[in-house]
Amino acid sequence: MAERPEDLNLPNAVITRIIKEALPEGVNISKEARSAISRAASVFVLYATSCANNFAVKGKRKTLNAGDVLSAMEEMEFQRFIAPLKESLEVYRREQKGKKEARKDKKADSEEQDKSREEENDEDDERMEEEEQNDDEEVDN
Amino acid sequence: MAAARLSGGDNRLVSLPLSRIRVIMKSSPEVSSINQDALFLTAKATELFVQYLATYSYKHGRGKEKRSLTYSDLSHTAEESETFQFLADILPKKILASKYLKMLEREKRDGKVEDDEEDEDDDDKEEESEEEDDES
Repeated sequence: MAERPEDLNLPNAVITRIIKEALPEGVNISKEARSAISRAASVFVLYATSCANNFAVKGKRKTLNAGDVLSAMEEMEFQRFIAPLKESLEVYRREQKGKKEARKDKKADSEEQDKSREEENDEDDERMEEEEQNDDEEVDN
Repeated sequence: MAAARLSGGDNRLVSLPLSRIRVIMKSSPEVSSINQDALFLTAKATELFVQYLATYSYKHGRGKEKRSLTYSDLSHTAEESETFQFLADILPKKILASKYLKMLEREKRDGKVEDDEEDEDDDDKEEESEEEDDES
């Protein structure tokens, strides 16, 4: 995926929605505040990634895993996130398992129709495509 | 159907797009690859972070206007809270142009600043130290 400058930002609509749902009803959020939170979120991702990567390196691994991210949260003093993250991860893993089964069934069918269409995709990309289809497109509020 | 969605009013498990999160993560040169679970957790953690930053800033904001969340609430949080200190550089405090000019005057008197830059913007408007992102 080509990296354009705007891609390091997160979608405004989603950020705004998350903020609105977190604050009491009727609270106004200034445009500057929204923009600032969005930038902060991007910085958070970078900081968390860097931190998680240190744990991966310590474990002599080249791939960041769930444990690394959780350790990073601890390190960054966001321990309060760890319990809800673990819960979400459980649900996510179950969902992924379910999707995988569904794809296997679909593949079995389509393989009979068109074998040449089957590519060896990176599993990550496949799942991400599904995720993207489920996500909102960036929309102005 | 999956049990409690764990994500506020939104019905999905995570709202932030994983693909975009991945792009940001991969922009770090030292990162080689990211496991799918790690990607999901980072996205989810970022959501929790946004919620936390917003509510914390709202609660601790010093603005008299408590029906709104302003930039000043956020930069105040970055400065005062240890947890959010890593944001201090990107959420700097703003000062009024007039205050800034007074600071310059003082420094000039103390012999620290040689140049006397005459700024025409003498009004009481906020000096932006960060450029505002244009919402397209």
